[in-house]
Amino acid sequence: MPGKTISEKILSAKSARDARAGDVVICRVDCAMGTDGSIPMALDYFAAMGGRRVFAPGRIVFALDHYDGSGPTAALHTRIREFATAQGIRVWDVGEGIGHQLILEHGLAAPGTLVLGADSHAVTYGAVNAFAAGIGSSDLAAILVSGEIWLRVPETIRVTLTGAFLPGVYAKDAALALAAELGAGGANYQSLEFTGTPLPLDDRIVLANMSVEMGAKNGIFPVEQISDPDARYAREIHLPLDRLTPQVALPHRVDHVAPIAQAAGTPVQMVYLGTCTGGRVSDYHEALRVLQAGGGPAPGVQLVVTPASRTILDALTADGTIAAFQSMGAEIRTPGCGSCCGTCGPIPGDRITVISTANRNFKGRMGNSSAEIFLASPASCAAAAVRGAIADPREWNP
Amino acid sequence: MTGSARVFGDDINTDYIVTSRRKRESIDPQFLRAYIFEELDPQFAASLVPGDLIVAGKNFGCGSAMEVAVTALLGAGIRAVLARSFSRTYFRNAVNNGLLPVVCDTGGIREGDRLIIDGGRVLNDTTGAIVPAEPLPPIMLEIVQAGGLVGYMVRRQRS
Repeated sequence: MPGKTISEKILSAKSARDARAGDVVICRVDCAMGTDGSIPMALDYFAAMGGRRVFAPGRIVFALDHYDGSGPTAALHTRIREFATAQGIRVWDVGEGIGHQLILEHGLAAPGTLVLGADSHAVTYGAVNAFAAGIGSSDLAAILVSGEIWLRVPETIRVTLTGAFLPGVYAKDAALALAAELGAGGANYQSLEFTGTPLPLDDRIVLANMSVEMGAKNGIFPVEQISDPDARYAREIHLPLDRLTPQVALPHRVDHVAPIAQAAGTPVQMVYLGTCTGGRVSDYHEALRVLQAGGGPAPGVQLVVTPASRTILDALTADGTIAAFQSMGAEIRTPGCGSCCGTCGPIPGDRITVISTANRNFKGRMGNSSAEIFLASPASCAAAAVRGAIADPREWNP
Repeated sequence: MTGSARVFGDDINTDYIVTSRRKRESIDPQFLRAYIFEELDPQFAASLVPGDLIVAGKNFGCGSAMEVAVTALLGAGIRAVLARSFSRTYFRNAVNNGLLPVVCDTGGIREGDRLIIDGGRVLNDTTGAIVPAEPLPPIMLEIVQAGGLVGYMVRRQRS
């Protein structure tokens, strides 16, 4: 038998059998997260399954990150809090941040663990060598009942990174370039395994996070768990980081990607810095460097800052970044998912063009189907704010 | 299973099936059924007949893992989706709710064609064409046959 990939190794350990790509196995779950977007249906299904006590409540965490608790969302937040209190489940309440970021900050995803989230961007934790995948509300309910889940063991696409990023080029550009190469469904049912050039955690998070935009079941970096040298790969891709230029995803597809020069000059009215893809400390530092070098945002540009967590907001406050953004007229919003999927935070106005550090630009994604959404790195978004139009961030690089 | 084809293209994401904005108002399938595919065709929901079959190209249900994109279709009386491929979270959520995901070559199917899903194949009663469908792994078939993961878990706890 050939050696195993990281994913085959982790799922073998969690299912206590020799799991190979294509097998369907029942796995023990180390940690599962639900969000206010997915928990209400999971609670309905938990009751319908005859659930009374949650199996291992210490392995479950609930994040109130998609909604701000206004309008119809107040009642569902109350229901989630009451269930969690009765069952002994930890809740990250409104304003603490995006569940995916909090899983990482609280160390709930570790090398070799199986961590699932009832939200597609749960793939993010592959950045720390966990097998991490998105699930639905039914799956979360079954985990609440049994502590287990059925999973098909994925084939693996190996992505070998070579070289280092040139100035003005970032992990987001690599993720967009990969989306262009693979297409929106190019890694469906498969694992993306990133090897080669070692990247800092924030960069690994961006690539793991965006792996779902190519359809991947999980995106994983080797840290402690590594693949056997004779592991089988479904496909090999080389991504030379030193040949990348700033990229942008054009409306309304994540894989509709072009070098930023091709979109340069497109006027933008809203610049969004945040989300589980681009709302970390290093993202705001990169954006601020460009904004300061360019003399701040152009008149008429709405600049929105929504840090991925309160810890990030605190760090940015302590180091003066928030004050610098405020002095430029940026709106500082409560940490959480914010405007990303149009469920809270500012919604773009009619026919507004947005450039965002987020991961999706589907029509209507931010809550207004007449808005056009471009996706780019924090530096590229900042460059667009400076110019009032899409621009190459390298113009403002030292 | 027999029904009329309602045809969509490639990469239909879950926000196009039902928006996060509607889901914020309610997750009741009987509420959401009125808004399915509204971003693509505001008249679609009103034109749907229970029993219609959704037919799509590749990567149906990409994007968010939100399960209302499955339950809203069930609420509208749709029992199966045929596509060249599905996003994995949509495929899981479909199986887990008893919505039959059928992976097959949908290229020859036109709007309104009368389709018969018969075990491992799809018969197009309008054109006479027959295409094979990929078989579901045993555990997924068991879950679909139990009406979804709720029925499957109830059955498993009893045994």
